[in-house]
This record gives sequence, C-alpha cells and structure tokens, in this order.
Amino acid sequence: MAVDILMPALSPTMEEGTLAKWLVKEGDDVSAGDVIAEIETDKATMEVEAVDEGKIGRISVAEGTEGVKVNAVIAVLLEDGESASATPSAPSEPSTAPEPVQEAPSVATAIASPPPATAVADDPDIPIGTEMVPTTVREALRDAMAEEMRSDENVFVMGEEVAEYQGAYKITQGLLEEFGAKRVIDTPITEHGFAGIGVGAAMAGLRPIVEFMTFNFAMQAIDQIVNSAAKTLYMSGGQMGAPMVFRGPNGAAARVGAQHSQCYAAWYSHIPGLKVVAPYGAADAKGLLKAAIRDPNPIIFLENEIMYGQSFDVPKMDNFVLPIGKARVHKQGTDVTLVTFAMGMKYAIEASEAMAELGIDAEIIDLRTIRPMDIETVVNSVKKTNRCITIEEGFPQSGVGAEIGIQIMQEAFDYLDAPVIRISGKDVPMPYAANLEKLALPNVGEIVEAARAVTYK
Amino acid sequence: MAKAKSAKKTTSKTNPKTPAPIEFDKAQELKAYRDMLMIRRFEEKAGQLYGMGLIGGFCHLYIGQEAVVTGMQAALIEGDQMITAYRDHGHMLACDMEPRGIMAELTGREGGYSRGKGGSMHMFSKEKNFYGGHGIVGAQVSLGTGLAFNNHYRGNGNVCLTYFGDGASNQGQVYESFNMAKLWNLPVVYVIENNRYAMGTAVHRSSALTEFSKRGCSFNIPGIEVDGMDVRAVQSAGELATKWCRDGNGPIILDMQTYRYRGHSMSDPAKYRSKDEVQKMRAEQDPIERVKQRLLEKKWAGEDDLKAIDKEVRAVVADSAEFAQNNPEPDASELYTDILLEAGA
Repeated sequence: MAVDILMPALSPTMEEGTLAKWLVKEGDDVSAGDVIAEIETDKATMEVEAVDEGKIGRISVAEGTEGVKVNAVIAVLLEDGESASATPSAPSEPSTAPEPVQEAPSVATAIASPPPATAVADDPDIPIGTEMVPTTVREALRDAMAEEMRSDENVFVMGEEVAEYQGAYKITQGLLEEFGAKRVIDTPITEHGFAGIGVGAAMAGLRPIVEFMTFNFAMQAIDQIVNSAAKTLYMSGGQMGAPMVFRGPNGAAARVGAQHSQCYAAWYSHIPGLKVVAPYGAADAKGLLKAAIRDPNPIIFLENEIMYGQSFDVPKMDNFVLPIGKARVHKQGTDVTLVTFAMGMKYAIEASEAMAELGIDAEIIDLRTIRPMDIETVVNSVKKTNRCITIEEGFPQSGVGAEIGIQIMQEAFDYLDAPVIRISGKDVPMPYAANLEKLALPNVGEIVEAARAVTYK
Repeated sequence: MAKAKSAKKTTSKTNPKTPAPIEFDKAQELKAYRDMLMIRRFEEKAGQLYGMGLIGGFCHLYIGQEAVVTGMQAALIEGDQMITAYRDHGHMLACDMEPRGIMAELTGREGGYSRGKGGSMHMFSKEKNFYGGHGIVGAQVSLGTGLAFNNHYRGNGNVCLTYFGDGASNQGQVYESFNMAKLWNLPVVYVIENNRYAMGTAVHRSSALTEFSKRGCSFNIPGIEVDGMDVRAVQSAGELATKWCRDGNGPIILDMQTYRYRGHSMSDPAKYRSKDEVQKMRAEQDPIERVKQRLLEKKWAGEDDLKAIDKEVRAVVADSAEFAQNNPEPDASELYTDILLEAGA
C-alpha cells in the first residue's frame, strides 16, 4: 500500500515552507531514517527522514518550491512490488490532502494568515511618499539591532542561541557574522545570571540587548529586571541606571501549553522605572526597537512568535525611529473605540471588518507602548465614540484592560454611553488541546458581540 | 553543534595559594588604623542614631569586619569598581565616600548620596565607582559580574570587587555568574565575607560545604582562604587577586574569614550565638586592636598618638551625624524624580 509523504510541520507556528532540496529521486530505495529532503522554514533548514522503508514512487513537489503548505503530499513511498502508476493520484495541493490542519484549528492557523487589508490611517511618523519595503517582523527586528550596533559600539546582544545558532527564532540572524563574538554573545541557559550581568554592564554604561528565548523564561530573571534594572536610577538619586533592552517573544504561540503561553505586558507595566513596548507590525517593530536601544532606561520589548514571519511595509528611511509612549490610531471610526496592542491588533482588525457589516464603524487604537501609556489618545477617541472595548491576550485580573478602564472612568466618564468592556485571555492557565486553547484566547466573535452590546445594536 | 568555547581557558596556570601577610610600614599601619577606626566609629554612631529613631528601616552594621574592605581597597587602581549587598557602610567609607553624605542617606535627608531615596541598603557613588548597596541577597553578584563584563568588553584593565556573604553564597545566581565569569574570563574578584552567620543561621547549618574558597571548583575558579581579621593578610590577598584578574586569568574567590560583632541588623538580638563567642573574637581577633598592638610594640605610635587619631575620627563622625540630623528631608518634588531619564537627553 503506497504511503503519502507529507510536508511536515517543524515548529509550533509553521504553516508552510520551502522544499529546498530532494536527496532522493524517483525509484530510489529508502530505509526508515534515511534523509530524503531538506525543508526550509522561516527559522531553519531541517532534514526530512523517511518514516518507513520502500521505494520513492513519485515526487510531487519539485525542489525549490516555495510556500508548500504543511500536510501537502510531497512524494509517495511504494511498498515492494508496487508501481508508481498504482498509486493514487496524489495532488500536491493541500486542499485535497487529508486535512488534519483544519481538524486541529490551532491558534496559528486561525491568526497567522496575512494581515487583512484595512483602511489604515496615515502614520504621522512616516512622511507621505516614502518608499515602502515589504519586510517581515523578524527582519525588521534584526535590522533595527544591526543598525544600532553599527552606530554605537556600546550596543551588544546577549542571550541563549543568539550567535552561532543565529537565534532560536532567527531574530539575530547574521549578527554574529557582522559584529563578531565580542558583541553577539551566546550565554548558557541561565536567565537569572545573564540578566543580572546585563544590568551590571548597563550600570557601567554599556547598552545591552538581552534576548530571552521567550518571556516565559524571563520569570527566572524578573528579580534582576524589577529590583535591579528598574529601581537603581531612583535608589541612586539619579547617579546610575540601566540603559538596556530586554526583548523576546511574549504571549501565546501555538499549542505550547501553560508554561510557554503567557502575556507579561501587565506584569512589567506595573513597575515604575520600566518602559514596556509591544509592537504589532514590522514598521513599529523596527522603529520602536531602535528607539528602545537608544533610550537611556530599561525597556521591556515584547514580541510575538506568531508575528515573526508576517510581512508588512516598512518605510525605507535612513533613521526610522518611532516615539516610545505614543499610541497609533490604526483605523479611524465613529462608533466604538477598540484599544489593543500586539497580537490583539489581529483580533481587532478582523472584528472591525465584521462590525462594518453590521454597520458599526470601529476606531482601532494600537497602544504600541504599554508603559508609559498614551491614555490621551484613548481618551480623545472615547470622547468621540463614547464607547470602548479593550482587547488583550493576557489574563483579565489587574490586566492592561483593567488599567484602561479605570483611566477612562477618571478621564472620560461623562462621555461614556456604555460601560467599558474588557476582552482578554480567559482566567485559566493556557490549555494544550487545540479546541481549549482557542477558547482560552480572545476571539473575534466576542469582540463583535461586545461592540453590539455597547452600541445597542 | 554546541561548540565548547575553550580557547580562553587558562588551566595551565597553577592556582594561587594564600599569600603571607605583607609587612606594613609605619605609614601603612597608621593609615589602616585610622581607616578601620573610621568605619567602627561611624557604625557605632549609626547604631546610636538608629536607637534614637533617626535612622529607619533596616540598618546592618559592619563592626568587626573592618579589615576586609580596608585591606581590599589598598589593592585597587583608578577605575576599579566595587559592589556589595546591604551591609555597605564600611565599603563606602573605604572607597572614600563622604561620611556626611553616607550618614545623611541613613537619616533619609536631601544631602544623602541618593538624596534620601535609597537609605542604608541602597547607596551608590558613580564618582567613586561604588555600584551599591543592594538589598536582594546575591543579586549584586550577577551585577558585579556584569561590571567586570564591562571591563572586559572595553579592555580597560580594571577589576570589579564583588562582595557577598556566606549567606549569599548559597544563592543560585551566584553560580550562574561564576560560570559565565570563568567562561568569558571576566576580571572579577569574588570577596566572600564569611562572618559565620547568614542572619541567624550558622554556616554549618546552611552550607553543605563551608570552605567557601572551594565554591568555584566546579567552574575552575581558584579560591583562597584569608584571615579577614588581619588587614595585612587581606591586602596581600587583594593584591594577589587583582593581579590574577589583570593578568587575564579571569575570576578568583577570596574566602574572608571574618566576624560581625553586632546582630545581623539593628533589630536582631543575636541569640543564636553566645556572648562568650563574641567576646572571645573581640579579645583575640579584633582587627583594629591587632594594628594597635603592632603600632605600640614597634613604637611607631604611643597611646597619645592613637588617642589623637581617635579624637580626629570622632570629630569627623560627629560632624557627619550633626549634618545628617540637621540636613532637610528631600523636597516632596523628589518623589517623582529619577524614575526615568529623558530620552535623547
């Protein structure tokens, strides 16, 4: 019985990849464990092994093919005596392949599609007519670091796998080659220790970029972030602080369970002495990371693994630096204000489109910085729309939405025509099961429902 | 895939042994006497002010341990840094910070080193390369390793003295720091002030291995035991250790065997040890008495000379206490300063 060889998923968030190379040809005999092909994901080149013995019957995806969907049939393996013509006509399109992806609608499949086109408000920080270059968030972050490292030799990056491995998520790809091992430093797996070393180096005037493989692991280091980095400037009466960036992926990835799926925006935003930045698209990622590296304070820079491979327009400017602490009106609207940040933007944009069909015109505010929070932009919007919904992936209690809610109560209570509604991750540790994970995260449906409630539609 | 970065290992070099105490000349003995006496009198005064309610919160006195910072300071060159935990008054006096500024910080006044916002446990002097004054046991070990990283990165030839106690020696981040310090050959001297008690817990009750000089064994960091009650022994170990670092050998550990006479903090009745134990240390090991005896024996100073030094020291301390009581509290506007720096400023 012929066996389909499928395009494998090689990371929690992989949707598709490039079939870089075939190491076998039709008619070759293979044994289980033989390497038969190389697949390039956006993070790495991986080898594909035969899972059974047999003869390569037909190769249905040529090498060099890009964008091969996970679970597409890439070849057929024949048992002894079978001929290629006996195989079912296995198409290379995943749409007709067995569809475990659809059966398991992970977060990644739900939200990793290209960002929907929305009427995006002009960004005042980008001059009209600037040439825009499609760039992934991953490249934007790398470019920001590389540019700042070129202009300031005190900037260096340290973390687990940042150098020789080129970054666990390939954010630091190419930096070792350009800047050398002195400035691109592989650390042991020792977050508490290297975070403290980074803070000490910053106190002495260097400009460390400390990469956490994910912010979940930064919990090991949170004492150094909060007690040392954030408080030293105050405790020293302004004599010395920690000009540095702590960065890495934050929030839920896909199917990685409770200990690897948590949003820390609210945690760090609680702390005076820190700034907390959480961009959504590639332009903001680049402009804000450059600002963060230049900033004389400790910055928590929250990224999202799911967004790393997403492409956005980034302005081609020599010195593209965005202001920390300024929200951006992503879409103007009149009926309800959606306030969100990072991955929440994805939900908000999709929800606003669904709302449009109901005749609700939503205004979307991307906070971009959680601390200091640009509450003025939020309040001005609420004064116009008289309604507000906050959206975040983090837990509800004492979250970012709670903060926005009280600020609106204090600053714009008389303008409200309905209570502020908070949409957040559910008040549970992140479950592993695909259906439960989906339930635990915010979803477009509940945002639209909230919009109907506050607009009485 | 994981390639060992072993290029910088210096295993061929034999590990150092405890050096003999150096012979002090008259000037060195007199300086050590005055410097240690300054710390003791300052701390006695701080204890008094605490008792009067003028110093708040926690206040950890350095009395008994004066030889450690005094001897180590003599081994430093311009630009070397120092960092410690919260028993930090002695370190600040040793690196020549102003007694007035220190005492005023203890009383929470605007003339304090942190303008009253740090207190006894959190004080800094960028000018003197004193990087605190940290309240979290063990955190300063990673920070000090980071200061040494800075020296290595810049190639400035400086060394960071990273002080911590026998208690902090059991914190995980100490070993994370040891590992990276040796891996990257950072110029850091880990000065373990082993005063025998982690708050109220004797070392043998808290530590599986009480020979702290061996705590770097797993990382190939050498360590030596030092009589931390003899300022000459401390200085000679300090010179050896800083040279070890400056020669590019990476970190080294000094196990300073010392003793604190007072409780862990002012609020500690110290019932975990006998009065006899304390009395015996004071009578037989006191670092200031030992210098004093040498000065008298060698006739480098008479009782009157030493009394004159004591009088001068007491005057400086009294002046600092006077200042610290009369200096105003910080302006209310200071509440919101020094939280963030202006970007681009």
